[in-house]
Amino acid sequence: MNGVVIATIITISSVGIIAAIILYWASQKFKVFEDPRIDEVEDALPSANCGGCGFPGCRPFAEACVKADDLEDLDCPVGGNETMMAVAKVLGKKVSEKAKMVAVMKCNGATQFRKKHTEYDGALNCTIQHNLYGGETACQYGCLGLGECVDACGFDAMYMDPETELPVIIEDMCTACGACVEACPKDIIELRPVGKKSKRIFVSCVSHEKAGPSKKACSVACIGCGLCFKECKYDAIKIENVLAYIDPIKCVLCRKCVVVCPTSAIWEVNFPARKVKPTIEEKTKLTEIKEIDLIKTAKVNSKKR
Amino acid sequence: MLKTFAKGGIHPPENKFSADKKVERLPIPKKVSVPVSQHIGAPSKVIVKKGDIVKTGQLIAEQSGFVSANIHSPVSGKVFKIDLVTDTSGYRHQAIIINVEGDEWDEKIDRSEELKKDFDLTSEEIIKKIQEAGIVGLGGATFPSHIKLMPPKGMKSEVLIINGVECEPYLTSDHRLMLEKAEEMLVGIKILMKALNVKKAIIGIENNKEDAIEHINSFLKDYSGVEVVPLKVQYPQGGEKQLIKSVINREVPSGELPISVGAVVHNVGTAYAVYEAVQKNKPLFERVVTITGKSLKNPANYLVRFGTPISNLIDVAGGLPEDTGKIIGGGPMMGKALNTTEVPVAKGTSGILILPKEESKRREVKPCIRCAKCIEVCPMGLEPYLLMTLAEKAMHERSEKEDVMDCIECGSCSYTCPSDRPLLDYIRLGKIQVGAMRRAKSMK
Repeated sequence: MNGVVIATIITISSVGIIAAIILYWASQKFKVFEDPRIDEVEDALPSANCGGCGFPGCRPFAEACVKADDLEDLDCPVGGNETMMAVAKVLGKKVSEKAKMVAVMKCNGATQFRKKHTEYDGALNCTIQHNLYGGETACQYGCLGLGECVDACGFDAMYMDPETELPVIIEDMCTACGACVEACPKDIIELRPVGKKSKRIFVSCVSHEKAGPSKKACSVACIGCGLCFKECKYDAIKIENVLAYIDPIKCVLCRKCVVVCPTSAIWEVNFPARKVKPTIEEKTKLTEIKEIDLIKTAKVNSKKR
Repeated sequence: MLKTFAKGGIHPPENKFSADKKVERLPIPKKVSVPVSQHIGAPSKVIVKKGDIVKTGQLIAEQSGFVSANIHSPVSGKVFKIDLVTDTSGYRHQAIIINVEGDEWDEKIDRSEELKKDFDLTSEEIIKKIQEAGIVGLGGATFPSHIKLMPPKGMKSEVLIINGVECEPYLTSDHRLMLEKAEEMLVGIKILMKALNVKKAIIGIENNKEDAIEHINSFLKDYSGVEVVPLKVQYPQGGEKQLIKSVINREVPSGELPISVGAVVHNVGTAYAVYEAVQKNKPLFERVVTITGKSLKNPANYLVRFGTPISNLIDVAGGLPEDTGKIIGGGPMMGKALNTTEVPVAKGTSGILILPKEESKRREVKPCIRCAKCIEVCPMGLEPYLLMTLAEKAMHERSEKEDVMDCIECGSCSYTCPSDRPLLDYIRLGKIQVGAMRRAKSMK
């Protein structure tokens, strides 16, 4: 009886010892040295794995940060400056502050401004519709309204407005990861600097169509008339291919271009109400756009609550 | 036992209403808009300007790259402007708009109706003539024909296959051409044989066009080396790879061109255009278009000048029926819905189909029940249900491995799916994704 017990103990412990030796040998033989700073950097990152930095996820980005000589070309748009500072601190490197960005929707073609003349009943995917034809309206540049950008957003920062059939970006939740920019087959969404006190002015249209067909297709399209270009004293506006573009860096937010735009294609966001009352003509133009603006901000606010 | 291809295939209702309607000339419209991109490849370069007087058959836009084709004026008149026009792609593209004045043809063109059988040209001369005439594949793919006649180095063509299948339901333009212009077409085939330096040509015709088979057979004794093969009715037999399998029982490997098995395929319409270009010096500026539909008053076949708005065609066919749901450029299987009736007829427009509302509505998409019907019918041996899921989930690399690029977009899978899933739409999406991925890789 005793003999069996002793034999068992000896067998089992020797198996254990042999296994331990093999494991020790294997761990030495196949040892992979990993920089411990990678873990530290990864801890400092937001762990969203959104891919906004251009890497497949947070860990590959951390590895790239550790490998890189300087952090200037690397940026985590989600974490912003704070995160990059933390990363720089871990690695003992320097990083310059970058302007915070936010996605803006550059199509204002809500259903009341842009009449539909065909009906799309295919697969509910923007890219599929984009490859089939220009869209349900006469504007072939504008939003198709199937919400591929909303699906792409990993931060719940977008939703489809059922009334306008356009996506809405919730500024406070947008991390500027760029997933929506990539998802949009029409290249409508742009990442722009948040600006002072979140004030922004931009042209909410991407149509390169000439003035006539453009106006016919959509009443709030940029027709490339050049009035804003003439009005701007700061050289911030350029007109290319019948489309105005406002340079966010040169723009001083004077709001003069917004008033002169005959189609209300220029948007101002997060500005206080105007003190000087515009003329009746301008007012009618503005009310249209303001109304949507108000509806949108109201919706955003209600979402926030 | 009639020949056909090995894998998959379907047999949709044929609905060839216009099969016994003779080809008529459509009156020339007052204004034509000729798109500069009527073919696969680079858009042609416009060489006329506003105010220029052009004659019918005059070159107005020239080839601008290796894969590209010349475009000739389909009418005589004054260039009104060069502007953007919605074409069959559903987008606004550059087009030459011409105000029609009379119908004065270029002097070089031989307008006589008489058959000209003999030709004494070398292979290079023929190819040059075809290239100058701007001939593209008239089956619908619109690939410039002269490129197909110049095999890549180290490859030799053994047999010319002429595609007279017209497997798309409703369409009859090729059928009518074979009946009315059989001899011209046969001369065209002889010219193509000379250009390719082959001794044998086979015309593949589906067995639902018995009259055409008989008619062509009656001329064959004068045309040595040409043969007609009747084929079993099966969609998509008109696909290049399917037709090669049906006619000479050779399979084109994945990702290869038909020339890799020694075959070159041309459409019957192309053969006729080649005859006109080589024997009559007539460039490609008109083609036979079928206008058809279940509720259309007079489905018919017309010889239409390019640039004519399809609304003209619809008007002569009895006007747009009230229950119109969709207007399709091409056949019901591979055609594309058009968004306006002002779309101009182009080189690839083989037909205009008007579908009633109840037939054009998409049905509700239901979950996949894994019945594998789509796999059964796929003529390329792919797994459509899988490719759709992969495209939906953006798994591009896996898509590539599953040979998504082999898909010929025949639509048999979507047609047969009992759950009404938009399989082909997503497979096309997958092809775009994989194409973009490949381009990105080659850029690196």
